Amino acid sequence: MIRHVVVALLVALLGIAFWTLTAGYLPDAELNRTAAYYAAHAQDEVGAPNIVTGIIVTWRGLDTLGEVTVLFLTSAVIALVLTQSKTPAGATGAGFLPSGELLTTGTRMIVPLIVLLGAYVIMNGHLTPGGGFQGGAILASGALLTLLAEPTRRFGHSVIARVESASGLTYVLVGLAGMMIAGGFLDNGILPLGRFGAMLSAGAIPLISVLIGLKVGAEFSSILESLHETEDA
Amino acid sequence: MAQIALATGFVLILAGLYGALTNRDILRMIVAFTIADTGVNIVLVAVGYLPGRTAPILDAAVPVAEAGQRIIDPVPQALVLTAIVIGLGITALMLAYAYRLFRLRHSLDISTFTELKW
Amino acid sequence: MSVLMLGLAIALALSMVAAAAVALITRSTVIAVLAAGLVSLFASIFFVVLAAPDVAMTEAAIGSGLTTFLFFFTMGRIRREGGK
Repeated sequence: MIRHVVVALLVALLGIAFWTLTAGYLPDAELNRTAAYYAAHAQDEVGAPNIVTGIIVTWRGLDTLGEVTVLFLTSAVIALVLTQSKTPAGATGAGFLPSGELLTTGTRMIVPLIVLLGAYVIMNGHLTPGGGFQGGAILASGALLTLLAEPTRRFGHSVIARVESASGLTYVLVGLAGMMIAGGFLDNGILPLGRFGAMLSAGAIPLISVLIGLKVGAEFSSILESLHETEDA
Repeated sequence: MAQIALATGFVLILAGLYGALTNRDILRMIVAFTIADTGVNIVLVAVGYLPGRTAPILDAAVPVAEAGQRIIDPVPQALVLTAIVIGLGITALMLAYAYRLFRLRHSLDISTFTELKW
Repeated sequence: MSVLMLGLAIALALSMVAAAAVALITRSTVIAVLAAGLVSLFASIFFVVLAAPDVAMTEAAIGSGLTTFLFFFTMGRIRREGGK
């Protein structure tokens, strides 16, 4: 099979390039200048002990806004792609197996806990590992469990769309407020920095984390839902 | 440690590329792409790893004054965090298109789609 | 770097490569999807070893959780329409 041979040859060439990269790799002994700046100014500029969250939410906040926009576009395109075509007759609705007693009852007990964990991860994003993206994904997995337990019930597109657009709008408004009051777009200095390491500290970072979490959770839920529900959309 | 991670990431990238190029089933190609995606993320995190240092979170164990000497590079981690989230979006988009292609031909075999072949 | 961490890293690396090989070799798409999820799960543990807990959380929740279910949803749709 000539195709496999050609592909294997190409992959082997790429592998040689990777091998030279790996063999000659020496880890740095010191942080580079950007990272050293972030490490030195995490307390007095953003006030967040978790430097990764500080970078994502404040220092590179514009990129994060762009990222949630990309995610929104993805979910919109998926909904468009999947709903444009009409399903052939006979493949509608009733193809779902009913979910079992165990799954239904378990879902009722576990989903509140999942939502609670998501809220915890979002709210502590600037102190411990976590933040808007992780918490949003956890919230979406709660939505996923509901979807699995009651496949015929459609939890409204309109609610998800409203949560999504409201949090997106507030996100942009918070960013603009940063331009008016503090140092620039999405500057977290619009709220007081507070005590370093406290729950409500680091300026606007908890607020922005909540917004990111809601937006990401809503977008993931909408992606999951539009891939799951086949018919009559 | 960084070398192990780099090597693993590169192997995963190569395996994913090979799978994506040789498989004929569209779903299997997407699976291979997600493996390559994981490999890229591991390589990026491995580049930011410095031996003998700890995670970029300031607390009682890592006081602010010593942070420059104690933590690893946080920038690749922030990059990879966004890359994972976008990766899910890309996978979902590929799956949606795969479903549309299936609806078109009632087959997932890539060799039945010959419109753009030359 | 302690020997324990090094051994853990090597074990994780080997299991990741093995799971990726399973994902590429197996005939069944279901097993391939599950093996890809396993690669992600091992990768998230590897991120903890590499001192990146934030990335580990994201990978565990998104890479191995939601992605696997996206695959299964799509396969369910395809199966319901009388495909493979």
